[in-house]
Amino acid sequence: MIESRKLALANFWVAISAFAIAAGMAVMQALSRANLDLPWRTAKMYYLSVTAHGVLMALIFTTFFIMGFGYVVAERALGRPIAQRKLAWGSFYVALLGTVLVAWAILWNKATVLYTFYPPLKAHPAFYIGAALLVIGSWGWCWVMVRSYILWKQANPEARTPLPVHGYLATIIVWILATVGVAAEVVLLLIPWSLGITERIDPILARILFWWFGHPLVYFWLLPAYVIWYTVTPRVAGGKLFSDPLARLVFVLFIVLSTPVGFHHQFLDPGVRAGWKLFHAFNTQWILFPSLLTAFTVIASFEIAGRLKGARGYLDWLEELPWGDPAFSSVALAMIIFAVGGFGGAINASYGMNAMIHNTAWVQGHFHLTVGTATALTFMGAAYWLMPKLLDRELELSLLARIQPYLWFGGMLLFSVANHLTGLKGMPRRIYQFDYGGSEVADQWMGGTGISALGGVFLFVSALCFVAVMFGTGLAGKRAPQADIEFAEPLEEPGSKARILDRMGLWVVVAVALVAAAYAYPIIQHLATERFGARGVPVF
Amino acid sequence: MNVDFYEKIWMWAAAGIIIVFLVSIGATFVGQAIQPPSHVEMIDPDNVRTDAEFGQPGVTIHEDGSATVVVQAFMFAFLPNEIRVPRGRPVTFRLTSPDVIHGFQIVQTNGNTMVVPGYVSQFTTTFSRAGEYLVVCNEYCGLGHHVMSAKLIVEEFPTSTEAGMGGGR
Ligand code: HEM
Ligand SMILES: [Cu+2]
Ligand SMILES: [Cu+2]
Repeated sequence: MIESRKLALANFWVAISAFAIAAGMAVMQALSRANLDLPWRTAKMYYLSVTAHGVLMALIFTTFFIMGFGYVVAERALGRPIAQRKLAWGSFYVALLGTVLVAWAILWNKATVLYTFYPPLKAHPAFYIGAALLVIGSWGWCWVMVRSYILWKQANPEARTPLPVHGYLATIIVWILATVGVAAEVVLLLIPWSLGITERIDPILARILFWWFGHPLVYFWLLPAYVIWYTVTPRVAGGKLFSDPLARLVFVLFIVLSTPVGFHHQFLDPGVRAGWKLFHAFNTQWILFPSLLTAFTVIASFEIAGRLKGARGYLDWLEELPWGDPAFSSVALAMIIFAVGGFGGAINASYGMNAMIHNTAWVQGHFHLTVGTATALTFMGAAYWLMPKLLDRELELSLLARIQPYLWFGGMLLFSVANHLTGLKGMPRRIYQFDYGGSEVADQWMGGTGISALGGVFLFVSALCFVAVMFGTGLAGKRAPQADIEFAEPLEEPGSKARILDRMGLWVVVAVALVAAAYAYPIIQHLATERFGARGVPVF
Repeated sequence: MNVDFYEKIWMWAAAGIIIVFLVSIGATFVGQAIQPPSHVEMIDPDNVRTDAEFGQPGVTIHEDGSATVVVQAFMFAFLPNEIRVPRGRPVTFRLTSPDVIHGFQIVQTNGNTMVVPGYVSQFTTTFSRAGEYLVVCNEYCGLGHHVMSAKLIVEEFPTSTEAGMGGGR
């Protein structure tokens, strides 16, 4: 029985509840976008709901899940209780308080500014203060994790960092580098402005700081999923990790590459010079590399699993994999979806093609493949694996658990492909409806939004299955001792190969230098230019 | 670190693909000067409505047939909301906003820019196909965001004798 069990569970239940609420809003949005006249459908409700869905899914569900899973990794992989349990609980409550403030502001119609909260859209101060508390809570979690690692390292100076911990340290470094940007935006610009202390705000400076955070944020979502792919799924599949040092290399590459790329979200912004956009565009392309490596290593690990079970031919190892086990199928399907998402990502990041799809429905098609599936479905798979162990109960409603990943997969293909296509035909994202005064062009989007709505219904049913299985297991699962939490073994122990990859201090220095190269000059140059700033506008 | 043979091939292939991407971005940047709108020019949002240029938004056709289109984007409309420009001639759009951030997207072309209060956005493009285009705001700007649109009409320039010049990019 693991000691951080309660702590991990507290984080997981917040994550699962946020997911459940957000999924309910999601299906209404998907139906609304198909211009279906639901009785309670108004523009005000729509934008409020999109704000809540974005925040709850992308910021609350992910962050709490990542924190909960982190505690399990730290305790089980390091083989000792986590450090500073009080701080860990304190951080949890701070983050929870932040969540409550944000949720209050949104649901009480005081913050319909979407989860990107670009000023001069102006929300209630509680929204920004809540966001700041969420980040502060997560920093507390980072410290607990790092401290646990340092104590372990002091006791085991010669040992290799266990791979899951290595991946989590990378996650933490990426998160700290990223949140410097958003903390500066929220604390220095948004909070004083929303409280009326400052009158004007510079929207471009705010966007630069937001996207400093916004892109590495996606690696904060992705790296824990990679930890699961590398160190949980091969074992669930009955195999071994193909290569331990390559996995470490992947995590290190993310530390170094994930932040100096934010301008690729601002290709179409005025006030940011083309040369810097190009520089970030170049950096961005390299970030495909570690993901391509991951695809190879993880698939090779699955092949090992199939071969261990007796497969001999070219592809028959695929049949030997446990497709009926949701802990496996979720992850395998998430990986397939991620491959599709990767292609789209290369187009988004392309300096020239971005203008075709920027802020169109294509974008929502894209990120529902990446964070909405590669990350979210992987986390669901991890929950099927972990929750019974934490609760010491059997998975309840296991039939629902079995079909859930496939429903998600099918629904997401419909939803996402439809949105990519309507996006190419020019449909903007984040719109309540698309009549545009009877425009013929807008008429062409109708079919696509219908398919997207159908996908949304599948996704919603899938989400309901997941939530039912989780709460069912928590409340009514049969009590029975469960197998221990254990991580995948590598085919070959790393020994002392590529030890340099464990030297996190070194990689932090490299990463900071790159962030400085990418941001210091453009920000100083920006601050030195005469700017006017905008006043806040109440928009809801 | 000894890397498996197939994995090595894969690594080189992955790096190769990325290098192809980089070279193509670099080549279009240098060769055809393809670059996103990155104009740097400031304006006080409080003065947009009285500004000599943006206070009187509209289309100016120059002698050589090229055009300048000055647009004010505000909650929840574009001014002018019907824009007529010549086909096959360079058209320069200049846009700003007196209130919040908007988008200006000429649907089914790659004419697309953010419009940010305090800043002037500018880009130049040439339309090779005459006809009517839909322009939409593609950045959430409040509860009327989904009605914020305009019409762009590309028509033959009376004196135009030249054939179209390239795609509408
Ligand atoms: C239950 C399945 C889901 C459905 C049916 C769904 C559907 C939608 C729809 C229709 C929108 C609004 C699009 C717009 O008007 O621009 C949206 C936005 C969004 N979704 Fe989902 N979604 C689902 C799950 C998820 C998940 C799992 C995540 C991430 C973990 C996620 C993250 C987001 C984000 C970040 C936005 C953007 C909000 C914004 O534009 O401000 N969604 N989703
Ligand atoms: Cu707008
Ligand atoms: Cu808008």
